[in-house]
Amino acid sequence: MGRIQFISIAVSLLFLGYVLGQIKKGRLREEYAFIWILSTFALILFSFWRNGFEVLAQAFGVIAPPNLIFTAAIFAILVYLLHLSLSASKMHAQNKTLAQEIALLKEKLDKLNPK
Amino acid sequence: MSSPVKIAVVIPAFNEQQSIATVVAAVNDISTTEVTIIPVVVNDCSKDNTKKIISGLNCIPLNLPINLGIGGAVQTGIKYAFDNGFDYAVQIDGDGQHPPQRIPDLMRELQKNNWDVVIGSRFINNEGFQSTIMRRTGIRYFQFLLKLITGETVTDPTSGMRMMNRKAMELLYEYYPDEYPEPEALIIYNRNGLKFGEMPVHMVERQGGVSSIQGFGTIYYMFKVTIAIIFTYLRK
Repeated sequence: MGRIQFISIAVSLLFLGYVLGQIKKGRLREEYAFIWILSTFALILFSFWRNGFEVLAQAFGVIAPPNLIFTAAIFAILVYLLHLSLSASKMHAQNKTLAQEIALLKEKLDKLNPK
Repeated sequence: MSSPVKIAVVIPAFNEQQSIATVVAAVNDISTTEVTIIPVVVNDCSKDNTKKIISGLNCIPLNLPINLGIGGAVQTGIKYAFDNGFDYAVQIDGDGQHPPQRIPDLMRELQKNNWDVVIGSRFINNEGFQSTIMRRTGIRYFQFLLKLITGETVTDPTSGMRMMNRKAMELLYEYYPDEYPEPEALIIYNRNGLKFGEMPVHMVERQGGVSSIQGFGTIYYMFKVTIAIIFTYLRK
């Protein structure tokens, strides 16, 4: 086992441990945890299976394996960013409704308890 | 005698400490025994003294805890009007551009034509403050876009002076755009089968505050509204 392989396996496992720890403490929602666990498993898989990328690159018809890594990683990041934009839009709408409810309730409350 | 008609005048206010008291007073002045007209000031988390000023005025103060933008503020007022049984809600700007004296006329025009929404237009008789050439060009572009999509001609699609009945209030309760809502709202009415029309209104130049649409904002405004109009049209 090469030194870099040992390092990457160790880092991947630490990362997985950290993600699982955050879920346990309830700090990371399961829907987000899913994608992080999945990426960690991919990291661990390719740490052990050193020829994995060459095999995959050949299967996809990519000449240089690192290009496959970049393409796949960038695509995954874009998809995840879109997901985050969607979440942000949803939260924006929910936030707006809450703020409006607060303003309407405050007015009702002030009417009931005049200063 | 039947109970008086109730009109809520929704006035969105963001840092309007200079002009808000005048606008509220002008609205209260036109209230009569037959038509009760109540100003509903929506303070969109102003940084100046708007909150303090409106708490001392004869109006319904709605203070938003966070800044929502003009659309979110107007929608808050519409929700208030709908929940409290108002017959009509009319939206006017907090900077004194829209003459409240015309509110009874808006109501008569709405009832006469059996419309759900009536819009006060600067460009039917081309009277009063006509805005700058740049803005009129933008307005003409929206006119064209709306005509293309709905087939209806609206001379002043960006006018913020509008009166709506309960049917329209109920619709906007569900969805109203956050930013630059006026042209987009016309598509919402159109897609939901609401009848709307315009009547001439003499407007004046803003009496205080600054427009939200200037500089780079203009490009964003045009882009955002175009996208919004097209997608609102495609939604249903």
